[in-house]
Amino acid sequence: MKLVQISVFLENKKGRLYDVCALFGKNNINIRALTVAESEEFGILRVVVDKPEAAQKILKAKGFVSNFTDIIAVEVPDQPGGLAGILSVLNENNINVEYMYGFVEKFSEKALLVFRFEDYRKALAVLKKNKMSIVGNKEASCL
Amino acid sequence: MSAHTYGGDMIWNERMECMHPEDMKNIQLERLKYIVGYVHCNCHMYKKKLEAAGVVPEDIKDIQDIKKLPLSSKDDMRQSYPFHLFSAPLKEIAEIHVSSGTTGNPTVVGYTKQDLKLWGEVMARALCCAGAKPGDMIQNAYGYGLFTGGLGIHYGAQEMGLTILPCSSGQTKRQLKLMMDFKPRILSCTPSYAMYMAEEARDLGISPKESSWEIGVFGAEPWSELMRKEIESTWNILATDVYGLSEIIGPGVAQECSYKKGLHVFWDVFYPEVLDVKTGKDVKEGETGELVITTLTKQGIPLLRYRTRDIVGIKYEKCKCGRTTPRITKIQGRTDDMIIVRGINVFPSQIEHVLLGVEGVKPHYQLVVERKAGGLDDLEILVEVEPEIFSDEMKHLKSLEEKIRKEIESILGVIVKVKLVEPKTLERSEGKAKRVIDKRTV
Repeated sequence: MKLVQISVFLENKKGRLYDVCALFGKNNINIRALTVAESEEFGILRVVVDKPEAAQKILKAKGFVSNFTDIIAVEVPDQPGGLAGILSVLNENNINVEYMYGFVEKFSEKALLVFRFEDYRKALAVLKKNKMSIVGNKEASCL
Repeated sequence: MSAHTYGGDMIWNERMECMHPEDMKNIQLERLKYIVGYVHCNCHMYKKKLEAAGVVPEDIKDIQDIKKLPLSSKDDMRQSYPFHLFSAPLKEIAEIHVSSGTTGNPTVVGYTKQDLKLWGEVMARALCCAGAKPGDMIQNAYGYGLFTGGLGIHYGAQEMGLTILPCSSGQTKRQLKLMMDFKPRILSCTPSYAMYMAEEARDLGISPKESSWEIGVFGAEPWSELMRKEIESTWNILATDVYGLSEIIGPGVAQECSYKKGLHVFWDVFYPEVLDVKTGKDVKEGETGELVITTLTKQGIPLLRYRTRDIVGIKYEKCKCGRTTPRITKIQGRTDDMIIVRGINVFPSQIEHVLLGVEGVKPHYQLVVERKAGGLDDLEILVEVEPEIFSDEMKHLKSLEEKIRKEIESILGVIVKVKLVEPKTLERSEGKAKRVIDKRTV
């Protein structure tokens, strides 16, 4: 059920994001979702790909520092109040969202959002209990 | 060039500073004989060192016999922490100063009352050499405290009868107000602080050119002729270079006169040699080598042939100012990897020590020093991010950066910037990491 995100350390230098994306492209790795957190000096690229293990191997070979993070992808009704519905459930159950971002493509008629929670297990249990539509690795890689 | 005249400067100790070199040799020889016997008798570490070199005090029959003595170094200081290199018993030590060492242990020096008098004497000579006259007011903006800069200048100023403003460094606005209101003639501080104060002055609407300072006594960090020109034109001041190191005494080992053609070494008390680093022999006049100093009269912690690690040239010809003391060039470099940032000694090994203490951090780092337009030095520490410390969360990386920065600042006592960089991006030469990138033009 869980989805894996690869996080990559990037210096704020020209072309670094391109370097990673080009590396993925050359190795036939498809990016499903992506976001960049940045500070003045460096950034953290967070990316969901179709072949995470292969992607990390390639990154390592090229000298990038990266790690895996467990994230949860949730289908959100693509209508006003869709996201609020999910956040209210999380809120009521005291689940902290570290960060979130959207998928590149839609999985269905619903929007697909990636959540990074402080407590992954607890968040998963709450989402399931509330019958939220969670998308797993298998489904995501078939996108 | 400033508008002030340099002619007719006072020489504080004409006998010692203008003595014929042949006569000086006799004084130096007598003092050397005494000091070798003194440390042999009073300092266990030196006794062992001399024995290991197969030298007894009676071997000193000519000043050239100094070459028979073993060299001393920072390592001796470190191994003797805190007091084992002292020749005087601790109860006779009147004052202790401490400066940063290469690793954990700092360098400790102790002064007897007599040593403090010596310090006052040589610093009085230095201030006179720069052009100070008794009755002048001096604004002393070197740091007071364990650092030797502030108190060293203070003792000399007191000895020669200057009016002292013991400002210490910092509180720049107040410094400038006191300068405007009290009109001191002399400024003593690090050259970079002099440049920094100019920036502040302009911000406050004060024109640096109209300052009351006529003479600057600048030291404790390397600075170039270019920087001298900048300071002189900015402040309309005569900028002179003072040299010293805490192991020898602090400021007051050597000082430029108004001709600014080298720093006069007070060689009746600090015997200088400039040695070829490879052969250990004297360099030819005009060539550069490592400055090695023997303290001929100190009591607390006399040092024989102490390697300063500073690269200088030396010349022995008489100066136009009348002094016969040899003159060393401005510091041309270092034989170790120490850098001086804002008057503070920084060793890469200290940074390494801190990084090793932070969990998960490997000591892959580089120090980058830059002199900003205002003249102040910036120290940036680049640290490679290893998988062990990498996190997908910005706050974790930011707090790591912060932690490293705080620990380094508390150890060095100087403000630094820490920057996380991708692994294996730091320059490595011949497999060995290049630890220091000094972009200052000194």
